[in-house]
Amino acid sequence: MKAKSVAIENLAGTSADPRSFDRRSFLKCALASGAALGTGKLAAPAAAVPMAATSALSGAATQSDAQFTFEARFYEKLPGRKIRCKLCPRECIVGDKERGYCGVRENRGGTYFTLVHSRVCAAHIDPIEKKPLFHYLPGTNAFSIATAGCNVNCKFCQNWDISQSRPEEIPADYISPHQAAAVAQQYNCPTIAYTYSEPVVFAEYLMDTADAGHAAGVRSIVVSNGYMQHDALEQAYGKMDAVKIDLKAFTESYYAKVVTGQLKPVLETLVTLRKMGKWTEIVYLVIPTLNDDETEFRGLAQWIKANLGPDVPLHFTQFHPEYLLKNLPITPVPTLERAKAIADAEGLHYVYIGNVPGHPSQNTYCPQCRKMLVERVGFTASKMLIRKDSTCPFCRHKIPGIWHA
Amino acid sequence: MTAMRSASRREFLRQCLTGAAALSTSQLAPAQQAAQTAKSTKSRVVVARDPMLRGTGSTVDAGRMQALLDRAMQALFNRGHSGESPLAAWRRLVGPGDRVGLKVNTLGGRGISSNLSLVEAICERLQQAGIKPGDIVVWDRDSDEMERAGFKLATGGDRVQCFGTDRADYEEDLSAYGSVGSRLSRILTRYTNVLINVPVLKDHDGAGVTIALKNMYGVIHNPNKYHPNGCDPYIADLNMLPEIRSRMKLVVCDATTAMYEGGPGFKPKHSWKADSLLVSQDPVALDSTGWQTIERKRAEMGLKTLEAEKRAPRYIATAADSEHRLGHCDPSRIAVVEG
Repeated sequence: MKAKSVAIENLAGTSADPRSFDRRSFLKCALASGAALGTGKLAAPAAAVPMAATSALSGAATQSDAQFTFEARFYEKLPGRKIRCKLCPRECIVGDKERGYCGVRENRGGTYFTLVHSRVCAAHIDPIEKKPLFHYLPGTNAFSIATAGCNVNCKFCQNWDISQSRPEEIPADYISPHQAAAVAQQYNCPTIAYTYSEPVVFAEYLMDTADAGHAAGVRSIVVSNGYMQHDALEQAYGKMDAVKIDLKAFTESYYAKVVTGQLKPVLETLVTLRKMGKWTEIVYLVIPTLNDDETEFRGLAQWIKANLGPDVPLHFTQFHPEYLLKNLPITPVPTLERAKAIADAEGLHYVYIGNVPGHPSQNTYCPQCRKMLVERVGFTASKMLIRKDSTCPFCRHKIPGIWHA
Repeated sequence: MTAMRSASRREFLRQCLTGAAALSTSQLAPAQQAAQTAKSTKSRVVVARDPMLRGTGSTVDAGRMQALLDRAMQALFNRGHSGESPLAAWRRLVGPGDRVGLKVNTLGGRGISSNLSLVEAICERLQQAGIKPGDIVVWDRDSDEMERAGFKLATGGDRVQCFGTDRADYEEDLSAYGSVGSRLSRILTRYTNVLINVPVLKDHDGAGVTIALKNMYGVIHNPNKYHPNGCDPYIADLNMLPEIRSRMKLVVCDATTAMYEGGPGFKPKHSWKADSLLVSQDPVALDSTGWQTIERKRAEMGLKTLEAEKRAPRYIATAADSEHRLGHCDPSRIAVVEG
């Protein structure tokens, strides 16, 4: 199988690594130079980092499975060498020698292990707008990483070749938390982004990397489905500086049929993140005939306003046929505009249209004076007028978000 | 081609359609054939047992295993021809030029994996039936697991091949049916045109039982996605994939050591030496028969039925339903024959 040199997020074919390196070349160059740059600055090794890796800054290398295997943090032991996973609402009960639904956690003799700690199968430097996070450090880059695995199985997944694979089935490199932080520093990325597949399933690596990053002055952001148990959410995403949640639809039936998950826990996640004070943005991928009903758009907007407030950015993004939904067309732009109009009318202040390059609804406008504050071209913030104190330069209205480092 | 070009349109269509009809009949998988002739015939499941399979020891005697397999195959194929050699049965199944894959099950390690003597016995008869050693592949998902189960890996040369999909990779493209979308092992798709399924008779904590149909989880890259809801309808949908269905010619289920509880991992205290083989061309009928075998053992051991434990293998009925037609699960349509 070919190495995955280009990971895709939201829009097929638009996420090429800006330096046109393949993944392994990029990592080797980055880590080799990062070794000289960063070893003196880095924090002490995180608890879960294997001893063999703490001196491995000479370059990313494919390691044996044992290098990536650590006892998982969120599970409980059951009789008969079974375990119950407490990471996501699925609560897989996993027998000896079996794996959970995610495919990256395995029961070995009654102890549950993650198989993907530091096992990076996709790594790129992306504009943060590509996550998309529009109200968080616009115009900056994020060192974006992923491991194999996912705790749902969306029929439209753009990255199914990594998200729906077991870790041993796809090429991966060893990147310790400290190495990830070093690469981010080296490439002037103020953030590390956990993305592409589903970070819920590599929660331990995410937590350790966030700690290493914070110690080195690098923040962490996560792009997630939010399908997570409360305790794991608080512990893992409590370490994040910003969160983007893919709210796949606003009906349980869609979650059951198309996502293989549940809506309710995701809504609970959004409320919890709000209570935790995490900067959160929501993406809703609009798929023709499946989740593009006006009543659903309205219900979604009303729920967000009532439970999260009107200032949470909501991105309606365009679907492109992929994976198991190749039979459906690209979302018509008028459908996205209708969704935005409904959400606007319900009183949400920051409603965007995504995956439609050049559309004016990619820009941020002041909800009070209606003037444009951030202009975006593709995934680039070409103009950013919001003041240091996060206010509109024209009317001084407070614009929610983290606009400056 | 010249003749074809000069034929009239009507003649051309008639030739094509006649050819297609002949082709479709001859290429039907056994399970399809079984289903197609369901009104007139039953699916045969042979249960062959040898109480002396292990002689006076604890390991299976290779000679007795060969004899047990021969008996089972003769009972399945040589009906009314008791004088025929065991090879006649195999020659009905395969011929020179076929490339045959034996999909074993090695998840359970040495304790509860496809028996080595059984696999060797099958390979022996396949070669005698005209299959070159290098055209036989013994395979499962992972080479390490196969080694842990006692298989000796072999690649290249004029010998029986033995390795896991980790050595061959999965297809890049998805194969999809119903609820299933998966990448298939290239061992299945590129190395073989005949699939002999060699599962183990086991209890399964999620699916109820794991026998022939579920053994196909070892063919795909993402089996973990298909365990919810007792693997229903995933197992049935997976077995509908043309790449699997068209190749599946025979199931030889290893019930030398079987498990009635605690599977799929090996739990010695829940295993028993059944010293049997279950053989059929209908994987649904075989699974249905194997399930009942496990239920009888559970009753004997004072355990509740799988139904009472809310883990009856519903996927078996799904595999037999009008959408799937992979075989029969109705006992009235299954002829269980002692071999």
